[in-house]
Amino acid sequence: MKVHFFTQCLIDMFYPHVGMAGVQVLEHLGCDVVVPKKQVCCGQMFSNSGYAATAKDAMKNTIECFEDADYVVSMSGSCAFAMKDEYKDILKDEPAWLARANNLSAKIYEFTEFIVDVLGVTDVGATFNDSVTYHTSCHVTRLLGIKEQPFKLLTNIRGLDYRKLDRMDRCCGFGGTFSIKNPDISAAMTKEKALNIAATGANVVAGADQACLMSIEGMLDRLYKTGEIDRRIKVMHIAELLNCR
Amino acid sequence: MSILYDERPFHTRVKDVMDNQFKVKAIQKAQDVFYTKRKALVEQVPAWEEFRTEAAALRDHTLRNLDYYLNMFAENAEKAGAHVFFANSDKEATDYALEVLRQKEAKMIVKSKSLLTEEISLNEELIKAGINVNETDLAEFILQTDDWNPPSHIVVPALHLERSKIREVFHDKLGYEGTENPEEMTRFVRKFIRKRFLTANVGFTGCNFGVAETGSITIVSNEGNGRMSSSIPRTQIAVMGMERLVPDLASLDVMMELLVRSSVGAKISNYFSLITGPAKPGEADGPEDLHIIIVNNGRTNVLGGEFNSMLRCIHCGACMNICPVYRHITGHAYGSIYPGPMGAVLTPLLVGYEKAGALPYASTLCGECWEHCPVKIPIHELLLKHRENIAEHTNVRPAIEKPIFKTAATMFANSFLYDMGTKAAAVGMKAVAKDDAMPEWMKVLPVAGGWIKSKDMGTMKLHKFRDVYAKYEKNKKKGTF
Repeated sequence: MKVHFFTQCLIDMFYPHVGMAGVQVLEHLGCDVVVPKKQVCCGQMFSNSGYAATAKDAMKNTIECFEDADYVVSMSGSCAFAMKDEYKDILKDEPAWLARANNLSAKIYEFTEFIVDVLGVTDVGATFNDSVTYHTSCHVTRLLGIKEQPFKLLTNIRGLDYRKLDRMDRCCGFGGTFSIKNPDISAAMTKEKALNIAATGANVVAGADQACLMSIEGMLDRLYKTGEIDRRIKVMHIAELLNCR
Repeated sequence: MSILYDERPFHTRVKDVMDNQFKVKAIQKAQDVFYTKRKALVEQVPAWEEFRTEAAALRDHTLRNLDYYLNMFAENAEKAGAHVFFANSDKEATDYALEVLRQKEAKMIVKSKSLLTEEISLNEELIKAGINVNETDLAEFILQTDDWNPPSHIVVPALHLERSKIREVFHDKLGYEGTENPEEMTRFVRKFIRKRFLTANVGFTGCNFGVAETGSITIVSNEGNGRMSSSIPRTQIAVMGMERLVPDLASLDVMMELLVRSSVGAKISNYFSLITGPAKPGEADGPEDLHIIIVNNGRTNVLGGEFNSMLRCIHCGACMNICPVYRHITGHAYGSIYPGPMGAVLTPLLVGYEKAGALPYASTLCGECWEHCPVKIPIHELLLKHRENIAEHTNVRPAIEKPIFKTAATMFANSFLYDMGTKAAAVGMKAVAKDDAMPEWMKVLPVAGGWIKSKDMGTMKLHKFRDVYAKYEKNKKKGTF
């Protein structure tokens, strides 16, 4: 099965190994992965700040990259939501582009959703011998309605000691440019999330949206330095866990 | 109180609140209690989602036919003996109320809890006219006694005050000498307010829902003060937002199932009054004279427009009970009597972007408010609409923002420019990095500084995913991977 891969710019810039893990998991499951070279950003960071018109070029570029795809798999839930839902709205006054946006919307899948719902796989044959807790990102859970899929995958990882995170579905505080525009509020939210993660006793926290994970990682590292948490907690994208054999 | 009670810049208000962790902790504790109670109750209603869908449809139906139902309501209310007045503005509403008070020669009034009376600055106008105003809802009474301390929540407005502070207020202002035991303080207030109920000539109430079919008004309350305000004084003046109608008693039932559960996590409220006209001859309870003021105050500007769904709101407070942003900044950072997610949508609609343009940005658009909203208002989408309007049509945002976004958008829409830009950035970040993270001195910088002040930031990689993957793909083709 041919699968086009949407990396997400944060993974591209800051976390190349996460992108590679995603590619390798899909290949391991028999997919023929295509990574369009022209892809950059889905445009959501502009549209979520109210600059919908400004975001159009990035959106059109993304649409063009995936025109020939049968399936598009996004490593980020919030970008997947933008492509699935927001493009149609923002491009509604340009009929030709609206049709192309609808075309993309119909074939875009979030990473865990694709593996469970399209490939029909819940056990990817991974092994990971450590304690793991999980943050369910808002766009994945609430806006895309993907609630069970990550857990179906997690529970089948051999050796994984799952620790439930209190209020796992509460926002981590990232919120795109919110973290820049309201850094103090964002930090207070992320700190509460980080302390809840620490309280699970897990050594690893995972998720399916690298933006949330970046914010959480930055806070966990800082709190470890200041002594507010007692250990280094590793932050991993679920693709990395699924790629451990 | 008017809609805005604190017009300092948003960031100043936020800082003020966050410096007072006492207040923040009180709100967080309350949110956690509400969360647990509501969750348990909602789980007992298997058809909860169907209820929400039905309620949203009911509200939309009513809003679409608002003229029809308003007429029906007014006709039936008048038939039952009530006086109905349509107030187009806040001033028309308060002028009418003052005229009734003048006719009744009323010098003292009691009042049950009503957000709308805050919106139209009723208390200020009455006080200006020399009327002795008495809030009788316990929380409102506390706030009034504390020199009109502003509300921090629409349902539980004194949520931010600890009992020790309340005792202090009662002691200083009312000579209370008891302990800070809540029951003891409540008994004290009860005795104090009871005298007011017995001497006031006019009682003001709000109205949770007007029932078009019967011309009835309803008051949902937990303390019984709503019933006292509507039955002891000889005249009752009820103030109702023009959108707060339900077609009939059957639809009222649906709304009530959702309202109390969503609001305070209880199946029913302690009191629920359904009032149809004044007391009939021979009836023991109820006012001799009932006036219903139906208030527009900007609502028709919202009706039928892109923010129409906001008028579905039944003021339950569920959105602020769950909001992760409200949780850290409390109602006071919003500076509006309508705080939290619903307030961030509604306040700019009522007072404009110039005064409330920062509020739509006080959200991560996480959607949890929408998920908890009993009438399914897509609050996160409405906040985004506000942001679009503000960015495209106002000068509320800093002038530098637009060109920054435009430049960045050009770069992020073109892989070549992106590649060049990020390579330069990666080199720059690596040069200043300490232990693979941005050093703390960078917190003085604009944009990234806010992040670095409280969180670590890793470095951008010299070899991005696209570079790593290109190599991987090449090796795979050669069969060496």
